[in-house]
Amino acid sequence: MARYVVDVMPKPEILDPQGKAVLGALPRLGFAGVTEVRQGKRFELEIEGEASEASLAEVIQMAETLLSNPVIEDFEVHVEGDDAAGGKHKA
Amino acid sequence: MRIGVVTFPGSLDDVDAQRAVRFGGHEAVALWHGDHDLRGVDAVVLPGGFSYGDYLRCGAISRFAPVMTEVVEAAGKGMPVLGICNGFQILCESHLLPGALIRNDHRTFVCRDQRLRIENNRTAWTSAYDENAEVTIVLKNGEGGFVADEATLDRLEGEGRVVARYLDGNPNGSLRDIAGITNERGNVVGLMPHPEHAVEDLCGPGTDGLGFFTSLAAATFA
Repeated sequence: MARYVVDVMPKPEILDPQGKAVLGALPRLGFAGVTEVRQGKRFELEIEGEASEASLAEVIQMAETLLSNPVIEDFEVHVEGDDAAGGKHKA
Repeated sequence: MRIGVVTFPGSLDDVDAQRAVRFGGHEAVALWHGDHDLRGVDAVVLPGGFSYGDYLRCGAISRFAPVMTEVVEAAGKGMPVLGICNGFQILCESHLLPGALIRNDHRTFVCRDQRLRIENNRTAWTSAYDENAEVTIVLKNGEGGFVADEATLDRLEGEGRVVARYLDGNPNGSLRDIAGITNERGNVVGLMPHPEHAVEDLCGPGTDGLGFFTSLAAATFA
């Protein structure tokens, strides 16, 4: 069983109101010095079989078609616990 | 004409949209998200609401509902499709319209009678309006901020594809005050405000929204 992680983040130029809300809340809780917060999503996918180029390509396709919206978000894919096998893919 | 209104799990305004379709002089046909069937309708409305609970992203799951395969194919052949609010989000996720809709910049839900300018009256859904008509219809959304890259925004403006623009202040952070857009052909329109809530005097801010539902007839018989 291979576990892939897909991290999805709003593109830098896209306003992130949720991150702004968290940024606003932190000082009220006494956490000083935070200058920026961006909020994204993390998906953990368990895929049958060993991690491979083929399954990585498939996860990238999932990220492009469903898990992220390329108009407003970027994503990164990596294999959990085995950076060498899958490496990191950015899009 | 027979106008289909799709109901997704979590649609809220499908019944209001059906009612508005009838007020516009058409037959309303209920369509179901899970069917690969448009039941022979002449046009489709994707109504407002929170389809699939807005899980993942607004419209992201709905885009892959069985009925959307048929809607995308029919839209490609020129069938008029109107997406209102959540329907607009679904049209963007389906790539029938460019851009995306994100959470309101002020982070609160907005619900108000909104003044708009109808800047493009050459679409299937806006031909009943005078060009640059100023209308008031209901706006209610949490994720209504229209965004796209500068090149896309310039192209939309340059090709006259901004259908409606907010007046009297920007309610949700939409870039260039955009409230609605159309595709190149003018048959697909996405609109964040709700014309189906402004079709009779008894409730709502008036009947300014009715034009979206009478335009199809006007276009047909013109």
